[in-house]
Amino acid sequence: MEQDWIFGLLGGLLIGTGGAIFLLANGRIMGASGIIGGLVDGSGHSDAAERLVFLAGVAALPVLLMPLFGSVDTHVTDNIPVLIAAGLLVGFGTRLANGCTSGHGVCGMSRLSLRGIIASVTYILAGGIGVIIFRHLLGVI
Amino acid sequence: MRLIFALIAGGFFGAGLFISGMTDTRKVQGWLDVFGDWDPTLAFVMGGAMLPMAVAWMITKRRSSALLGTSFPPKPPTRIDRSLIAGSVMFGMGWGLVGLCPGPVIASLSYGGGSLYIFLAAMLAGMALLPVVRSRLDRTVAAE
Repeated sequence: MEQDWIFGLLGGLLIGTGGAIFLLANGRIMGASGIIGGLVDGSGHSDAAERLVFLAGVAALPVLLMPLFGSVDTHVTDNIPVLIAAGLLVGFGTRLANGCTSGHGVCGMSRLSLRGIIASVTYILAGGIGVIIFRHLLGVI
Repeated sequence: MRLIFALIAGGFFGAGLFISGMTDTRKVQGWLDVFGDWDPTLAFVMGGAMLPMAVAWMITKRRSSALLGTSFPPKPPTRIDRSLIAGSVMFGMGWGLVGLCPGPVIASLSYGGGSLYIFLAAMLAGMALLPVVRSRLDRTVAAE
């Protein structure tokens, strides 16, 4: 557990390098919700191939790395109503706010974007309050 | 060329999410759970990710266009509106409930199991729902 932060930092540097490549080579902001959402609602129709290839890379690398690092248990809940409610909130909320942890968080805060900072503070506070309510008060998660 | 760089960028993103442990929902919820057994990992991930990105943003200021000829993203808008706040509150609640945000959902597609697919389906539905709700709201406002 003590070395978790080293892997966190290393993984973070890789995430940021991916974002830097996408920005400097393709001129695009690496925001997961925007890339996925543009495919879902058709607004990203003109560069759909670029989006799909990017997502393929995101999904593929863990498969390639698994033999080296061992598999990760995602510990995702099997509570179906909670999964559906949370999925809807994440999907709808990230599109309404126009960004998530990667777009507003990694890409927005690193350019000192006011919207990125405000959004990140807001979703982190909401997430923290959510955990307090649903874990400590209601005990559903 | 755009596709090759998109694949490489996506690969780095996926590798980083995997290695950092951000596809483990327990670590994410552990970070949000300040009154429980607090897990600081996410702060290191976010900090680590912002370093190369900050350098990249500085480079964009010295260049007129991206490597592949397209222009860089415009300056970010500064408007703080209800959509930004309400959307972020909703996202944060969902993120706290299950510990998943859009990037890690894609990164763990191959090993997240059935629960992940249920979450993914609901997330895509939520994304599809927004333009529908928005156009309906716009029509209501226009009618008033």
